[in-house]
Amino acid sequence: MSTPNVVLHVADVHKRFGGLHALADIDLQVEEGQTHAIIGPNGAGKSTLLNVIIGKLAPTSGQVVFDGAVLTGRKPYQINQLGIARVFQTPEIFADLSVLHNVMIPALAKRDGAFKLNMLRSLDSEVSIRQEAEHMLEDVGMLSSQDMHAGSLSRGDKRRMELAMCLIQHPRLLLLDEPTAGMSRHDTNTTIELLKKIKSRGMTKVIIEHDMHVVFSLADKISVLAQGRIIADGTPDQVRGNPKVQEAYLGGTH
Amino acid sequence: MLAMSRNDILLFLGFTIAVLAMPIWLQPFGAAYPDLLQRFMIFGIFAVGFNILFGLTGYLSFGHAAFFGVGSYTAVWSFKLLSLDAIPAMLFAIAVSGVFALVIGYLSLRRSGIYFSILTLAFAQMSYNLAYSVLTPITNGETGLQLTLADPRHVDRMFGEAMPGQPVPTLLGQSLGGFAGFYFCAGFLIIAFFIAQRITNSPFGMMLKGIKSNQTRMNYTGFNTKPYTLAAFVISGMYAGLAGALLAVTDPLAGAERMQWTASGEVVLMTILGGAGTLVGPVIGAWLIKYFENIFSAINETILARFWDFLPDGLDHAAVVVSSKFVGEGWFLTLGLVFVLIVVFLPGGIMEGVRRIAHLFNRPDKSSPSQGKAAPQPQPAE
Ligand SMILES: Nc1ncnc2c1ncn2[C@@H]1O[C@H](COP(=O)(O)OP(=O)(O)OP(=O)(O)O)[C@@H](O)[C@H]1O
Ligand SMILES: [Mg+2]
Repeated sequence: MSTPNVVLHVADVHKRFGGLHALADIDLQVEEGQTHAIIGPNGAGKSTLLNVIIGKLAPTSGQVVFDGAVLTGRKPYQINQLGIARVFQTPEIFADLSVLHNVMIPALAKRDGAFKLNMLRSLDSEVSIRQEAEHMLEDVGMLSSQDMHAGSLSRGDKRRMELAMCLIQHPRLLLLDEPTAGMSRHDTNTTIELLKKIKSRGMTKVIIEHDMHVVFSLADKISVLAQGRIIADGTPDQVRGNPKVQEAYLGGTH
Repeated sequence: MLAMSRNDILLFLGFTIAVLAMPIWLQPFGAAYPDLLQRFMIFGIFAVGFNILFGLTGYLSFGHAAFFGVGSYTAVWSFKLLSLDAIPAMLFAIAVSGVFALVIGYLSLRRSGIYFSILTLAFAQMSYNLAYSVLTPITNGETGLQLTLADPRHVDRMFGEAMPGQPVPTLLGQSLGGFAGFYFCAGFLIIAFFIAQRITNSPFGMMLKGIKSNQTRMNYTGFNTKPYTLAAFVISGMYAGLAGALLAVTDPLAGAERMQWTASGEVVLMTILGGAGTLVGPVIGAWLIKYFENIFSAINETILARFWDFLPDGLDHAAVVVSSKFVGEGWFLTLGLVFVLIVVFLPGGIMEGVRRIAHLFNRPDKSSPSQGKAAPQPQPAE
C-alpha cells in the first residue's frame, strides 16, 4: 500500500444546540477504503456528527471536506451525488412502495442524476436497473420480499433494505448509523459479512455502532466520542487498551 | 421504450371504450345528453390532472381553479381575437395556464404541507378577486367574457366573411354543439388519461411517488425534489387549463366564479372521492359528483313535496323543510356529508372500495392490482 489517502476530513467542527455543545472541536480523518467506527455512549453526538457530514445540519463552525470538495453548505442531494450515502438510525425508506422500487429509485438517482424529466418512458423498460436492484436484494438476502410493501417489513428487514438502497449506488463513502440495531444475531452476522464483502471492494465506511462485536469485527480505526468530544482514537487494539475509554464507555456498559 | 404492459393496455382500452360509449350506457341513468356528458369529460380531465400533483406527490393544492379559469379566459380571447376554431384556443389555454402554474407553483412550492395548500389557496383567491376588479378589461368582471358579433377574429376574417348569427366555437368549420362537442371533449379526456398513465408508470412518476412517500429519503438519495414537484405542478396546471378551455368551447362565457375556492375544493373532493393516486379513481369521482350535482341541484320544493306526500300531514311538511336544505342550492351540504363518510370509512376512496370487493371475490388469486400498488393486503390511509 502507498501512503494513506484521507478521503473524508471533518475539520474543527463545532455544533451547538442552544446551550448544548453537541459537538466540540471534532477533528476526524478517514482514510480511503477503511472502515472507521465511531462509538460512544447515548447522546454523545454520534448521529449529530453524521448529520453534519451529510448536510442535514450546518455546523456552528468548522467544515467537512470530502475528497477535496467542501461539503459544508451543500444540499443533501448534492452531497449524495458526490458519492456519499447514508443508512439512518431510524430507517428512512419509501414505506408506501414495494421493496423492489425502494431499491430501484436510488439506482435511478445514480444513473440519471438529481433531476430528469423522463416522464414518457416506461419504468418497465428499465430492465438493467431492475436487474441491478434484484441482484442487490439477493446480496442482502431479500429477493423473496421484492414485491412486499416496504412499510410492512420487520425493523431488521427495513434496515437491510435501506442498506441495499445505499449500496446500489456504489457510494465512495457509506455512513452507517447503527446498521444492525433491531436485528437478530443471525441477521447481524449476515450484515457483518455483507459489510466485509463491500470492504474488499474498497468502499470507505463510517459506522456508528453500539454492538462491540460488530465494531471489532469490522473497524480498522475507532474514534470514541463522549459528550461531543473525541476522547480517543486509534486501531481497535489501541482503543481497547485505553483506560480513558474503558472508564467513559466500555467499562460502563460492557 | 414506449412499451406498455398488458394490464396498462387493457386499462387504457377499457377506459376509451367506456368513455366513447357513454351516450349509450348512461341512457338508463338519464345522463346521456350532451351538456352533461361534456361536463363529465371536462371535469374528468381536471381531476386526472389534479391527481398528477396530489395523487402522486402528495402536495395538496387548494387553488387549481385558478388555472381552470385562466384556461377559460384564454380560450375565449382566442375565439374573440383570432379564430373561432377550437384548436388554437386549446393550445393557447394550455400554454398560458402552464406559465401561470409555473409562477404560482414556483412560489408555493417553497413550502410544503398545510403552508403549501394555504399559499395555493391565497393565489387562487387573489386571481379571483383580480378578475373581478382591476382585470375587468380582460375578464369583463361580473358579466363574464363572451363572444360577440363585433369581435375582431383576425384570422377568421383573413379567410373570408364571418358566419352570420351568434358566433360559436368550431372545429375546422364544424360547430361543436351537442354530441360533436362531447366527442371533441372525449378525445381530449382519452389523450389526457393516456398521458397521465404514461407519467404514472414512468421513472419520473416513480420519483413523484417517492416524494410523496418520503421526501427526506429522496433528498439523501441524490434527487433534487424541487424541479420534480414543480414539473408535476405545471403539468397539472396545464390539465386544468385544458379543462377550462374545453368548458369555454362548449359554453363560451367565461366568468370569474370558475376560479372561486369552491371550484378548487371541488376537484379535491373528486380526486379523494374516487381515490387519490389511482388512475381511474379521480375520473369516477368527477363523474359521480357532476352526475349527482345535476340531479340534486335540480330538485326543488315542489318535487320534494310530491316525494314526501305519503307521510301524514305536518310530518311531510317537516320532511320537505329538512330535505330541502340538502338539494338545490344546498347540494354542497350533501356533497360535504358524503365526503365525510368516504374519508372516515373508505379513506382510499371508491377505488379502495373496489379493491376490497375484488379481494373478497378472489382471495386465493394474489395477482397485484394494476395501479402499481405493491401491497398484498389493502393498505390503510396514507
Ligand atoms: N436537532 C437537534 N436539536 C437539539 N438537540 C439535538 C438535536 N439533535 C441532537 N440533539 C442533542 O444532541 C445530543 C447528541 O445527540 P445525538 O443524536 O448525536 O447522540 P448519539 O450519540 O447519536 O446518541 P444515540 O447513541 O442515542 O443515538 C443529544 O443530547 C441530543 O438530545
Ligand atoms: Mg444516534
